[in-house]
Amino acid sequence: MYKLVDKRNLGPNLTLYEVQAPRIASSRKPGQFVIVRAFDHSERIPLTIADVNKDTGTVTIIVQTVGKSTAEMETLEVGGGFCDVAGPLGQPSHLDNFGTVVVIGGGLGTAVVYPQAVALKELGNKVISIIGARSSDLVIMKDQLGAVSDKVMVTTNDGSEGIKGFVTDALQQLIDNPDMNIGAVYCVGPVVMMKAVADLTAKYDIHTVVSLNPVMVDGTGMCGGCRVTVGGETKFACVDGPEFDGHKVDFDELADRLTTYQSHERHKDQCRMLKAADKIKE
Amino acid sequence: MSDITAKQRMAIQRQPMPQRDGLERCKDFDEVNTGYDLETAIKEAQRCLQCKNAKCIAGCPVGIDIPGFISKLADGDVAAAAEILRSSNDLPAVTGRVCPQETQCECVCVRCKTDTPVAIGYLERFVADYARENNLEKPKEVSASTGKKVACIGAGPAGITCAGELASMGHDVTLFEAFHKAGGVLIYGIPEFRLPNKVVEHEIKNVLALGVKIEKNVIVGKTVTIDQLFVEGFDAIFVANGAGLPTFMNVPGENLKGVYSANEYLTRSNLMEAHRRDAETPVLRGDKVCVVGGGNTAMDAVRTAKRMGAATSTLVYRRGREQMPARVEEAHHAEEEGICFEFLTAPIEVLGSDDGWVEGLKCVRMELGAPDDSGRRRPVPIEGSDFVIDCDMVIVAIGINANPILTQATPDMNLNKWGYIQANDDLATSIPGVFAGGDIVRGAATVILAMGDGKKAAKSIDNYLKTL
Repeated sequence: MYKLVDKRNLGPNLTLYEVQAPRIASSRKPGQFVIVRAFDHSERIPLTIADVNKDTGTVTIIVQTVGKSTAEMETLEVGGGFCDVAGPLGQPSHLDNFGTVVVIGGGLGTAVVYPQAVALKELGNKVISIIGARSSDLVIMKDQLGAVSDKVMVTTNDGSEGIKGFVTDALQQLIDNPDMNIGAVYCVGPVVMMKAVADLTAKYDIHTVVSLNPVMVDGTGMCGGCRVTVGGETKFACVDGPEFDGHKVDFDELADRLTTYQSHERHKDQCRMLKAADKIKE
Repeated sequence: MSDITAKQRMAIQRQPMPQRDGLERCKDFDEVNTGYDLETAIKEAQRCLQCKNAKCIAGCPVGIDIPGFISKLADGDVAAAAEILRSSNDLPAVTGRVCPQETQCECVCVRCKTDTPVAIGYLERFVADYARENNLEKPKEVSASTGKKVACIGAGPAGITCAGELASMGHDVTLFEAFHKAGGVLIYGIPEFRLPNKVVEHEIKNVLALGVKIEKNVIVGKTVTIDQLFVEGFDAIFVANGAGLPTFMNVPGENLKGVYSANEYLTRSNLMEAHRRDAETPVLRGDKVCVVGGGNTAMDAVRTAKRMGAATSTLVYRRGREQMPARVEEAHHAEEEGICFEFLTAPIEVLGSDDGWVEGLKCVRMELGAPDDSGRRRPVPIEGSDFVIDCDMVIVAIGINANPILTQATPDMNLNKWGYIQANDDLATSIPGVFAGGDIVRGAATVILAMGDGKKAAKSIDNYLKTL
């Protein structure tokens, strides 16, 4: 068992878990993920490592409650623990000194992009962070990002905090600023947001890195379920990614593949294929 | 050995394996073959002529004393038979089920000359099952501790076998497994109806009882490197992490929803138990399923799809029936279960609906041309023979590539041009103290060949440890 040492609520449906996993804490690099199973019957869920503490041997993950498995994870309490935590998986981020870097996080992606911001700052970059959320109560990690950023911008869809609109509106402002010479953009968030950011930066030829979250089972290249099309080639997000050049990713295909089990998760009995199978039996 | 004459032995016919009715069994995941009872097993054992120069032993990749265990069984001493089996095979209930005996021990049986070979596989299975069910298993002897530590990477057939052998030699062995459960392909790949997980779990428990430790969720190359394992105090390492990167067909439409690799489909169904309706892990249940490939994995996938409720489950293979690499028994079982076959057929496109789901598999008919590098006649498309198989799910089972995770993190290790680890006859790699076997050396092979490698590597590692 992987002991749960801290659990905190970060906002509606967002929970932080700090778990004992010394081997992972010592070998993990920014950009990598773990696969967890809360209980022995649980699904394997890939989650980006938000932070590690090498001294205490702990790994921090942030989970959005979206379905049955993540809801069940919510029942874990400090002192108890996860049945399985495997990792670190995936390629580490390719980080460099780009001069000025814009780090963009949307929703849960804000937690995922935080370690990149830390590492980019350590490399001597000027870091500008943009946090996107539907409304003010969903804005997370503002203080943590603020501590490693030269500037933090917030956008909310409803205008309850910061700029009313999307992260691309804030990014456009930065691009339009003649004093701002953006060397690279790191963006993690919902597929539609990453696509919008990549489309925008492509116009200005700004190097853009995105972190993808396709459906995954083993996370070690064995199943191929996480395949994505990048630059016309099939890549496995678990071993070749999860980070890719945002200008080359086929986001539409990714978004579509992500809907594969949606009906299973929400209405298990009404799943298209389950229904078909049941019809045959009747 | 029981007192019957050679003539009497020769008069006994090969005892058929009792099996469940094809159309009945394809509705559930219970085992197809139900196994001999004691009486039948003894009768079959009496067919063995106890050759002095037993060719079957040489035909077995782990060198089981086949006439030896069969002789004890013929005497009705199942415990003694089980002990002989276990002395050279840590997973007899597994190999008794999944080994291709027809190309190994049984095909060299002297009785092939006159009638049919002794059913060595069925007998092996019987002895292992009977011993397990009746508490007749004697633990293997473990030599005094040598104080040497060995890491076996991958708890599949090669790693488990190597770990068991080394532990009985007195070495301190730790198995490192990437998944949350030990067993490798025996657990994630081979379906329940061919190899029940509880059988595998029991065999692994026996190996762990020899003092083998296991650390799960460790992906060597990511969680820890080979170098770090030496720093942790391991004196030698056996790499048996399997092959594992699925090959896709590289045809349009392959990323549509409803296209799986066989690895993903079988892992969801077996390891994650998605074949159970109450499982947390989802799996698509196709109504009309096409499986592409002709090996045992393809056969497992197409039969699993049928059991998951497919009205039609079709195997699409680019060569003919005779060229299929799958075991004859599996193909025969598949036929009994109502699996459809499209031989000499190759997919050229997966067709999809507007909302991105599989709607059909566009194929072309093939004919066999001149032999290729492997000596098999190369299939050539017949122009203008395109047609569409109506389906809502496609499973691709056309082979695997070398998994790069461990080898990328181990730059000093010599690989062949396909990325598999190069090992010499003793299974030593280019790194001193590191040995390798199973699929990561061979490419996709069989359970028993991986086990043979595990056994061979254990001997090499034992010799190596004596030089330290």
